[in-house]
Amino acid sequence: MYFESFAALISMEGHGPYVWFSYGVGIVVLASLLVAARRRRAQLEQMLKAAARREQQQNKAAVTGER
Amino acid sequence: MSLVWAIMRRDMLASLRRGSEWSNPLIFFVMVCALFPLGIGPDPKQLAVLAPGILWVVALLASMLATDSLFRSDFDDASLEQVLLSGSPLFPQVLAKTLAHWCMTGLPLSLVSPLLGVLLQLPTSGMWALLLSLAIGTVVLSVIGAIGAALTVGLRKGGLLLSLIVLPLYIPVLIFGSSAVQTAVEGASYTPQLALLGALLLGAIALAPLAIGAALRISVDQ
Amino acid sequence: MSFWTYFHKWGSPRWFYQFSGRLMPWLAIPAVVLLLGGFAWGLAFVPPDFKQGNSFRIIYLHVPASAVAMGAYMLMATAGAIHLIWRMKLAAMVMKSVAPVGAALTFLALLTGAVWGKPTWGTYWVWDARITSVLILFFLYLGILALQQAFENQEAAAKACAVLAIVGAVNIPIIYWSVEWWYSLHQPASIKFVGESTIHSSMLRPLIATLTGMYCFLGWMVLLNTRNEILYRERNTRWVKDVLTGAGS
Repeated sequence: MYFESFAALISMEGHGPYVWFSYGVGIVVLASLLVAARRRRAQLEQMLKAAARREQQQNKAAVTGER
Repeated sequence: MSLVWAIMRRDMLASLRRGSEWSNPLIFFVMVCALFPLGIGPDPKQLAVLAPGILWVVALLASMLATDSLFRSDFDDASLEQVLLSGSPLFPQVLAKTLAHWCMTGLPLSLVSPLLGVLLQLPTSGMWALLLSLAIGTVVLSVIGAIGAALTVGLRKGGLLLSLIVLPLYIPVLIFGSSAVQTAVEGASYTPQLALLGALLLGAIALAPLAIGAALRISVDQ
Repeated sequence: MSFWTYFHKWGSPRWFYQFSGRLMPWLAIPAVVLLLGGFAWGLAFVPPDFKQGNSFRIIYLHVPASAVAMGAYMLMATAGAIHLIWRMKLAAMVMKSVAPVGAALTFLALLTGAVWGKPTWGTYWVWDARITSVLILFFLYLGILALQQAFENQEAAAKACAVLAIVGAVNIPIIYWSVEWWYSLHQPASIKFVGESTIHSSMLRPLIATLTGMYCFLGWMVLLNTRNEILYRERNTRWVKDVLTGAGS
């Protein structure tokens, strides 16, 4: 490691707040892109599964109704 | 060619009869230019420095707001759909409509601009540059704006959306146009800027009608 | 396999869904490893720039974000052109998937650039040619996103955005060049930029890592979003139902 101590890594001779803020925002932006995609996927799965279940129940109801 | 003339004549006559179509952008131009001295103070020296930029930005906004109505009436009365269905070449018709629109908005804006230059203390050496750069530049603005107008003509909330789409594309025109006026005020030759605007004009006229045509088809088909 | 059968295959959402499922780990793992590793490397192990000090470490985030943001716009315009010319539906889905990622990266490039500017040349914002160009790129993305949301009809939205993306891509070189020209006219003498020209090779290696990682990240996100879009648009087909009930992959 270039820095001598952990504290030196955090402070970066005064530039620490700027550097760490940038990387913090960067990680948040990149992670939120990932989370948004994942969440959309989960939402879609839920929606499509619910639709499939509804369809099955309707089919069953139709079959029993015929009897 | 006769088709182009016929369309231009028809559109310009209709616009003249309605009146508001060509007068509103002009009134907007005058009013907004008058707001600037009220906002930044009446100091003639300061105004003279800012005048080229102000005049160009306001003319750009006026031209853009006017573009919104370019295809609106044709879209509403379905004559646009008929033109598209008829299969006649779209390129000259679109170009004719856009140029007619410029004759009723951009051209008057450029002709009035020296008057506003006087109000904003623009030095006399910049007047010709202002008039010429606006006369060439507003054609480019109209042609680029027509792409945005064609994309948004089928939408209810067209106006503000049009500006979001079109403003970034206007930037080169603004840069070269206002620079022409600034250079003229400084006493140097402004022909390079006019030549660049002319190059933009030729490029826009050659390519933009293709995009406008495609955009109109999308708007009518939806 | 002839070109056209290959092309046809690429146009099939089902095939693309399965193919991208296999491809995704090859983008996701390098993206995570190279980005996080490269960040750590650049933050803690590289010596500081002797002119800028430690603030230069932002470069490992800033440069990949701005480069990939630009690349993403070109990807979007290319996908739009493919959609318009060959009516390939998949290209429209890819185009729609790129836009938010590209906009987010452009935002990130602007923000990190501004934060980098403060300790390095004393101000958050300068109307410098490159910063202004990135700002305009951000505006172009916002225009595309706004247009996309204005349409109710998906098909019309895709085509309209494709036209706008292509117009934007044709204009980008002109805009960038005009901004360069504008800046060279008004260049203030007081601000001297200390740029990448002084960069040392030991500083360059982590940059290559994060740059590659960011491209992989873009690919990963585009695949995730495109797969979601495929599932949504094909929701009434047999194969999507099979995928979700676990019968297929």
